[in-house]
Amino acid sequence: MTPIELPLFVFEQMADQARAIAPVEACGILAGVDRRVTRLYEMTNVDNSSDHFMMNPAEQFSVIKLIRAAGLKMIAVYHSHPATPARPSEEDIRLALQPDVAWVILSLERPDEPYARAFSIDGDGVAEIPLTIVKG
Amino acid sequence: MKLIINGEEVSIKDGLNVNQLLVEHNVKMPEMVSVELNGQILRRHVYETTQLNEGDKVEFLYFMGGGGGAE
Repeated sequence: MTPIELPLFVFEQMADQARAIAPVEACGILAGVDRRVTRLYEMTNVDNSSDHFMMNPAEQFSVIKLIRAAGLKMIAVYHSHPATPARPSEEDIRLALQPDVAWVILSLERPDEPYARAFSIDGDGVAEIPLTIVKG
Repeated sequence: MKLIINGEEVSIKDGLNVNQLLVEHNVKMPEMVSVELNGQILRRHVYETTQLNEGDKVEFLYFMGGGGGAE
């Protein structure tokens, strides 16, 4: 499976957002070109919960249009697991409905050492996608 | 007729309503999809009664959710 390239500054934005709102789960959308992420769009977790997230549909539509206008593509949906490992939960798998996107999970299990993993989740099951953090 | 669906021009059969459009697009769980028609988010109960017209701009997206759960 083609790896996803995640610039370090985007990873840090994601980790900062997750730390800032912990113990609530953070969420957002990663966009870019091909499999290289260039931009992160923070989204509101309307559930405001520490064990699940749901994006606001109006915000989703607005961000999708911004991504399209910028000539980018939605590469992944991300969210944080404030206290659990970066692996898809049963709820993640049940709600991974949007086709053709990866699911990135950032874990704050060890708050000083956040880490992220990417997955493909579809009718064929769950498969990890290599996630390469690159400088720049 | 032609619609703009998720930013792309698409030809569809005349006379479809929003629910039928989702079926045509092989949307597996329509109850988990949000639909925006010409900039307005539709309530689910009007999908079947909202007729589509030439040139309409339709966006649809699955709800995006999940969570770590309690392990």
